[in-house]
Parts: sequence; structure tokens; C-alpha cells
Amino acid sequence: MTTHTSPHPTRRLILQGAVSVALIGLGNLPFAPARAAANDKYPEEAFKLKNEADAIKALYGRTAEPSDKIKLDAPEIAENGGVVPISVATTLDKVTSISFFVAENPNALAASYKFPDGTIPAVANRLKMAKTSSVTAIVEADGKLYSATKEVKVTVGGCGG
Amino acid sequence: MAIRRRDFLKSTTAVATSLSLPRLARGAEAASIYDIERFGNARILHTTDTHAQLNPVYFREPSINIGIGEMAGRPPHLVGRAFLERFGIRPDSADAYAFTCVEFEKSAGRFGKLGGFAHLKTLIDRLRSDVGEKHAMLVDGGDLWQGTGLANIMQGRDMVEVANLLGIEAMTGHWEFTYGEQALRDNLEHFKGEFLAQNVFLTEEAAFNDAPAFDKATGRVFKPSIIKELAGHRVAIIGQAFPYVPIAHPKRFTPNWTFGIREEELQKHVDALRGKDKVDAVILLSHNGMDVDLKLASRVTGIDVVLGGHTHDAVPQPIPVKNAAGTTLVTNAGSNGKFLAVLDLALDKGKVGDIRYHLLPVYSELLKPDPAMAELIGKLRAPHVTDWSEKIATPDRLFYRRDNFAGPIDELICTALRTELNAEIALSPGFRWGVTTLSGQPLTMEDVLAETAITYPETYVQEMTGSQIKDVLEDVCDNLFNADPYYQQGGDMVRAGGLSYACSPTNAIGSRISELKLDNGKALSANRHYKVAGWASVNDQQGAAVWDVVAKYLRSGRMLQERLGTGVTLKGVDGNPGIAG
Repeated sequence: MTTHTSPHPTRRLILQGAVSVALIGLGNLPFAPARAAANDKYPEEAFKLKNEADAIKALYGRTAEPSDKIKLDAPEIAENGGVVPISVATTLDKVTSISFFVAENPNALAASYKFPDGTIPAVANRLKMAKTSSVTAIVEADGKLYSATKEVKVTVGGCGG
Repeated sequence: MAIRRRDFLKSTTAVATSLSLPRLARGAEAASIYDIERFGNARILHTTDTHAQLNPVYFREPSINIGIGEMAGRPPHLVGRAFLERFGIRPDSADAYAFTCVEFEKSAGRFGKLGGFAHLKTLIDRLRSDVGEKHAMLVDGGDLWQGTGLANIMQGRDMVEVANLLGIEAMTGHWEFTYGEQALRDNLEHFKGEFLAQNVFLTEEAAFNDAPAFDKATGRVFKPSIIKELAGHRVAIIGQAFPYVPIAHPKRFTPNWTFGIREEELQKHVDALRGKDKVDAVILLSHNGMDVDLKLASRVTGIDVVLGGHTHDAVPQPIPVKNAAGTTLVTNAGSNGKFLAVLDLALDKGKVGDIRYHLLPVYSELLKPDPAMAELIGKLRAPHVTDWSEKIATPDRLFYRRDNFAGPIDELICTALRTELNAEIALSPGFRWGVTTLSGQPLTMEDVLAETAITYPETYVQEMTGSQIKDVLEDVCDNLFNADPYYQQGGDMVRAGGLSYACSPTNAIGSRISELKLDNGKALSANRHYKVAGWASVNDQQGAAVWDVVAKYLRSGRMLQERLGTGVTLKGVDGNPGIAG
């Protein structure tokens, strides 16, 4: 990873790219880097559940309240449903985890990240979406759960104009 | 910024009154409609969505353009008489003919064709010289390079030459991207103005591979804006390309680029122009489409005027939109060279004092074509004019495209596809470009190309189940009628041949389309397979180009014997002023 030390102006983009590549490389274990740090157990059960509410409950054991302190960045209409760039940043304090749910995917939980103390609470990843769906980000902060949701449309394409 | 609505109305009425002559004629009294009262100290002229129509055209405005939710009954979702009433235009006037579908055929004979770049050139030069070179600029909102056989075969290069002679200083794009990255860049090498797009970025992969970009730090592929000095004031023009290029068109044309509305990046850029660059005015040159622009104007602050396009809405007055920091005016300037927008600004230190806006119909019979532009057009057309002038049919009906659900030209295309490719059902895209031809007017290959000339014209025939067909209709219908404009792509409903259905625009996706029936009256069965023909697919196809299929069908002379019909029943939108009575 020579890019980490390079002063090249595209460093930010390259780093973003590198993170995504790393996640894809890890296949179904998107939280693996965090796992090493937090030494948590893989939430196998939560990843298997179909329904979003069930998966949130299995992962966190409670429900979340909407928060305007979460910035969920996702396209309104996906350019490619296979790799939809979705990112979250938050101004909430003491963030311990951020998870992504795609309600209409076969399994709602798409990715879950643990945040060790002192980590900037921001994460960008690319999610595979089967069809148009709401995407929900759950942020666990100071022992409480917060959420932000956005509709992402996956369309067959074709034009007008 | 105060908007003097009364003044807008006054100017519209003045235009209407001076054109009450039975027939337009090039004369002093008629041409006075282009004498615009001087206002302010700067003038921005705006053309958009001309679709490369070099010569004057007939173009019928829609009789169905339904607005849903907050957009119901608001411009641009007003048609026919509702439109005339809203903007105070007399029904039998030239303006009624230019702006609406009311008595189109009758008026076409009286008022003639509109647009044409030689005529536009004359009008633009006149309006520039009225205020002086240092006080005027010309911008174009895109869809300048596509829409004719000539533009298609030249990959838009003809329009670059025309744009240079016309004096376009800044433009943004949509169909320009469908020539692919290389052709686009080659054309821009020759373009004397600036191509602006704040919302086109390198994909992460392309950035990683060091693909060319205007600004590698942000990943912006094109320059986002220019600052133009007008009357000693600094005016920023920001470009906003069509946000959904890789979705609406095959991705292969723009594999390295990612688009989107990019509100947040836009806001940052506006703030930087105001804060750091100390501009006195910010104009967004947009190809978002009017509904998207209206929503954007309510959320992004610091823009004085959105000069809009894409949805081909000819809206005579700017629509004021309030946001957290003030009011933004949103315009849309029609299509096919029919209109020239004139934005007069009273620029002051750090602000726009007031504005006047005129959307002038370009009545070609009132304007003497500019000789230099006429010569250039003749030269560009010369290699193909003989081939494309051959008469291939003389239909005894009006052909037009623009309407939410169907138009006779697409009925013709669908019938041609079904007949020539032996399919039960045909699907044809709901484009909003393409000219109108009058009953009894001979159709030439040039006319057929003006309805079909795209870089992915290949036809296809494929098996689809009834439920897949319904899904396609639902998907496209949501692009048109999603209650949130940011989820709309612009354009109209996919046209269906051999298939009738009912549509409830106010319903949600999945429940808008019902009562699907084949031509023989039989209900479409969800699990049965049907042979479906189409063109303009975002996937690779191998069939003959659609223009050849349509020309073959027309030459066979069968068109006149077959019944053409649209077969879409609308539900739940009774009384919507987006439907002409």
C-alpha cells in the first residue's frame, strides 16, 4: 500500500477505493477488520435474518430512533445496483458501531462495523442491492441506537429527455 | 430579490397583442415583438435542448403532461387552455401556437415553423448588440449535439461548429455524453466555449487508474463553473449535467464517470464562489429537468437563477422558489430551437437587484436568416442532403411525439417494429425530442432520423413474460410519476404497441399499471411468454437500426391501411390541468 505515504492529490480517492476493494476481497465478512480490533463474535444470526427489524433486534437487542446527526450519503437512483456507494458520517459522540441494512435484500443486514475508541465515526462502502429499497444506517453511540434512512432506486434504465 | 409578476404578464400580453395579425409576415410592425425594453446592466441569453435542429421545425407541445403530488397543477404541469390562462396568453395568438398544443394544426399554417440556427443567430446577435458586447453572454443547457441524422453521423461535430459561430460561451450536457468519452473530448477540443459540469466525477476505479480529470483532488471530470465579467460585475455560471446519464443510457459510453444531482458538492461550490471568489451573481445552467430544479432550488441556497432544460418545458415566466437564504428563480426554456430565453439582470455589488425574463418564440418567418450561419448549415448538410431528402411516404395525419403516454410518431414506430420484426408487442422509448410533421407533408429519411437518431439504435426481439412486461411499465412509470422529483429521470412513459393498459399515476410503484390487454382483447397473462420488439436498449443489441426498420415499413405503404391507437386509460387524474380538455 504505497498510496498511504504518497502525497499524490488523489490520495483520498485512492484510499476510498482501497477500502472498498479490501471489503470486497473479504466477501461476506465485511466487519472483519473491526472484528480483530474489538474482538467481537461474528453476528451470524443477524446476517441470516430476512427482515430488517428482526436483524436490528438480533444485532443490537433494541430499536433505534431517527437522528439528524447522521449523514447518510447514497444516490437517489443507483447507477449500478451491484455496487451502490453508500457512506455514513456522524457528529454523535462515543460511537461504537455503524451498521447498514437494505430492507428489500434477501438478507437485510449488509454490513456492520465496530469502532474502537478514538476512531472517526465515518464509513464508506458499496452495497449490492437486489431492487429498489430503503437503506438504513444504524449508529450505536453512548449505548443508544440512532438511525437514518434513504430510499435508493434500482431501475431497469432507459431514457427520456 | 423581488419578482415583478405584473411586469412579466405585461410583456407576455404585449407579445400576444402584436401578433394578432392573421398571418405572420416579415415586417416592421411584427418584428417589433423582439424589441425588448432595456432593463438592468447585463443580459444572459439561454438556449437549451435544441436537439441539433439546424433548420426551422414544427413542434407540437404536449396535450398531456401530468404533475403528481406537489407538482399537480403547477408549471410546468399545465397544458392547453390551463396553460394559456395561467400565463395570460390569448387562445388564437402566435404565442398560444408556440407554447401550447391548442389548435396546433390550424395555427401551424398561420404562423409557420419555429427555430433554426440561422434565425436564432440573427435574433441572438440583435439582442446582444442591443445591450452591447460587454453586457451580454450566451449559454446553452445541453442536448445541443443530438437529435438529427447529421449530428449522429458527425458525432455532434456539426453542432460544435454551429455553436462556435453562434457564440455559445458555456454549455453543459446530456446526450452529448452518448457519443462516448473520446468523441466528447475531441469535440470539446474544437469548442470555443466551456463545457461545465459540477456533478460529473471519476469513478473510484478511474481515479485509481489516473484517468484524466479537470481536478484530481475532487475527482471532477469537467470544470464546474466559469466567472464572466458583465458590466463590471462578476457572474458565476455553474454547469449541472443531466444527473442520470449512466442509468438512462448504456453505461458503456461513460464507464469512467459517475453522475448524480450532487446537492452537497453544489452547495459547497456556490458557497466558495460567493465567499472566496466574491461573485455578484450565481446562475445554475442546469440539465436536471424542471421538477428536479424546483426541488433543488428549495434546498440549495445562494443561487439567483436556475436556467433549466431537459424536460423541454417552455415556461414563459420564472418560478420563484423560497429556500433558507432567500429566493431562487427557476426557468425552463423549451426545446428544438423554438425559444430563446432572455434574462436581463440589474447587477449590483454582491447581489442581483432585480431581473426581467422573456422566453421569446423564434418565429422563423419574422427573422431573416443570418447569411454566414445559413452558409455553414448548407455546407454541413451538403454530403447527405440528397440521400435524406427522398420522399418515403406522405401520411394523411399529424405526427408528433410529445405527450406523457403516447404520440402518433411512436405509434408508427411501434407498428413498424411489430410488423417488420413479427412481434406481438413493441416498446419504444418516451423521448421528448423529435419534430412534428403535418398531415399531407411528405416524410423523408431526414424526418425519420429526426425521431430516431441515437448512438444505440439497434432493434431487438426478445421473449418476455407478462409479468416482466408489467414490471418494465411500472419501472418507467415511476421515473415519470414518483412523488419525489429527485427520483424522476425526466422523459415520458415508454410507448407500448399491441398492448393497452390502465394507468393510475397517483398510485405507488407496483400498483400504477393494470388491465393489460393485447390488441385482440385478451388479458396479458403474467406467466405466458410474449414476443417483444424494441430499440434504444441500455443493453447491447444486434438488430437492424430502428430508422431502417421504420423506413422499410413506410416504403411498404401499409401504414395507411392499419389502425393506429394508443390504448392507455388514465385513472385518478380527472381534472388535472396537465391533461388538455
